[in-house]
Amino acid sequence: MSEKQIHEQTIEELYAEAQEHTINVGDVKIHAKRMGGKFRNLKWLSNLVWIVFFIGPYMRLGDRQAILLDIPNRQFHIFNLTLLPQDLWMLSFVLLFFAILLAVVTALAGRIWCGFFCFQTVWTDVFTWIEDKLEGGPAKRRKLEKAKWDLSKVIVRGKKYSLWFLIAFFTGMSFVAWFTDAYDLWVDFFTLNASSTAYITVGMFVVGTVFLAGILREQTCFWLCPYARIQAVMIDDTSIVPSYDVKRGETRGRIMKNKPAVEGQGDCVDCNQCVAVCPTGVDIRGGQQEGCIMCGLCIDACDAVMEKIDKPKGLIKFASWDGIMGKEELPLLKRPRVWVYSAILLVSVMGVVIGLSGMESLELKVLHARQPLFVLQSDGNIQNRYTLKVLNKQNEDMKVKITVDDSEFKGLTMIGVEKELVATHGTVTPVTIFIKVPRRNLTVTSQPIVFSIEGKDKEGNVYKSDRESVFIGPKR
Amino acid sequence: MSENNPFPDEGNTGHIWDDNIRELANPPPNWWMMAFWASIIFVIGYVVIYPAIPLATSYTKGVTGWTAIGEYNAAIAEVEAVRKPYEDKIAAKSAKEILADDELSAYVEASGKVLFGDNCAACHGTGGAGNVGYPVIADDDWLYGGTIEQIQTTITNGRKGMMTAHAATLSEAEIDTLAAYVVGLSEGKTEEKGKALFQSKACFACHGMDAKGMAALGSANLTDGIWRFESTDLLASAKQTIAHGVNAAGDAETRNAEMPAFKDKLSEADIKKMAVYVYKFGGGK
Repeated sequence: MSEKQIHEQTIEELYAEAQEHTINVGDVKIHAKRMGGKFRNLKWLSNLVWIVFFIGPYMRLGDRQAILLDIPNRQFHIFNLTLLPQDLWMLSFVLLFFAILLAVVTALAGRIWCGFFCFQTVWTDVFTWIEDKLEGGPAKRRKLEKAKWDLSKVIVRGKKYSLWFLIAFFTGMSFVAWFTDAYDLWVDFFTLNASSTAYITVGMFVVGTVFLAGILREQTCFWLCPYARIQAVMIDDTSIVPSYDVKRGETRGRIMKNKPAVEGQGDCVDCNQCVAVCPTGVDIRGGQQEGCIMCGLCIDACDAVMEKIDKPKGLIKFASWDGIMGKEELPLLKRPRVWVYSAILLVSVMGVVIGLSGMESLELKVLHARQPLFVLQSDGNIQNRYTLKVLNKQNEDMKVKITVDDSEFKGLTMIGVEKELVATHGTVTPVTIFIKVPRRNLTVTSQPIVFSIEGKDKEGNVYKSDRESVFIGPKR
Repeated sequence: MSENNPFPDEGNTGHIWDDNIRELANPPPNWWMMAFWASIIFVIGYVVIYPAIPLATSYTKGVTGWTAIGEYNAAIAEVEAVRKPYEDKIAAKSAKEILADDELSAYVEASGKVLFGDNCAACHGTGGAGNVGYPVIADDDWLYGGTIEQIQTTITNGRKGMMTAHAATLSEAEIDTLAAYVVGLSEGKTEEKGKALFQSKACFACHGMDAKGMAALGSANLTDGIWRFESTDLLASAKQTIAHGVNAAGDAETRNAEMPAFKDKLSEADIKKMAVYVYKFGGGK
């Protein structure tokens, strides 16, 4: 902590520590310098998004958790909405939406997700912040790494790991809390009554969080995350990404006291601060690269130095390659990518909207018996057997009346509806129905037949659902 | 060999080929040795805990006493425990009472599939769809009656109906007339010449005056549209049956029709289950 921020350091001091900060090739641990700045503040703000992850499960709605992904009972509760396995197809649209959103954001503004929102970035950021507070700046941390394991090292490392494990534990508990009653989970967890799945999941999260965010850190982004590799094909020359203004910066060279700048020297004073603050240890001056998570921290660092040496800010800035090279930038609406991505986004949103609006509280599925397809009865009737599955998504059981549209079937009789069907809430109630139609009244082998159900809840609201099936008779 | 070892200090085994290719005596890597010792410790632990070493007539049991068959039996017992309350009720109740009980009949419908598949479906088809030569049991035409008790009796004792062969006692023309008559009956036509022959040849003795069959004898109802043996060429099939009978002794071309008794193969409870299961195909009366 005694290490100064860039603002307080002289150029000479900056040069003195410059060689300590090396480009990440995976051989040594990256200890990034932490400093304030515009993007640093933005990053803290964006990190806060994850607060929802921690407090979300404790929201209540009536007598249950507001958002509960109840896997054992096969139902997802999202506020007033209850999703059953039957609605799972909507998930594919939701996934499509997020996949495309990722592509859109990457094409337009690079890896905003990586730099500001990704759990790997956020947790690593918090973990290294704790490390920085406890162990000191990069130089001290490097020294501590090499130091012998004496009491003071054990204490400082112990503190660090305790905090890390505590965060990791909360992370695991919060994750599990989305899938089971959050309040019960805390009680059950410590009274050893929680399910083994809960213990295993929390355990995996504790180990995984400390390992990924505490130990692997940026190496996850470099060598584990596929997204880092995919992004190269998503970014084009028009994407706004952190860029080093090569035209202005080169030829880079150190400035000396009382010595005029060399002829043709650019604005980059080669202080290496952009590398020093980079959480993944890349040199942005080498251009856009796989390790860059586009968090903008190098921009903060460079701007601070530029301010110090009275040069205009923005030697490193969020800009497109076209912009840096002075090319005319294509307006947003003239880029085909924008249109294609927007169209896919729209389709996926519409899919979810249609799915949600078409969701019925009472749903009917009809399964026609396959063996036998039909049975000839002694009175000359053709009998078909159906299994009706009544899905009741209400919070109460409901009496359901089953009817069939017999306008196309002269002399139709329905057997199996003599007793009133009670559809149990939150699940599927099956019932077997026989339909008999005189053979002479059948004109085709297979004919559509429509079943309807109607139920009324306590408030008197009427729910209906129709389902078409087939009535099959002998070959003509 | 070691006297003229050109690489004396590198710790090789002294095996040298082609002047400079030599075998080094390097120890295995650390991770390999750790895995090696870990696996030995694992084996010791395994032998202590689980059955492991075969002996002459027995084997080492392990401290936990775990066995694969034990685990299997425990799992079976778990399932049986879930089923027990239902099975107990089924054992105590008659087939008719089971049928009237919604919960029990739902249980039978769900659990009877395996039993039906193992014992009945080979002839009667999945879902009671029937097969060539084997009756459909999903319809409501029953030779021996379709009440739940009658179905239970049929499964318990089996059935073997008999119809005498008439090839010797009837002329071919008479057989043609009778066949045309009964096929006509099923289509709602009454042909007077056939009717007279039906009376004079005493077909009614078994099939009844109205030709609707008698459940006590297992004789077929000739007036409905359902045929026991064939449903494509009805006329030829009827002639064959009249001429050679069903299970007629000494006639090589006779129809074979036998339902085996299941009282020795299935428990009484299982027979009740099958009666309910078959009844619920949709043909029970």
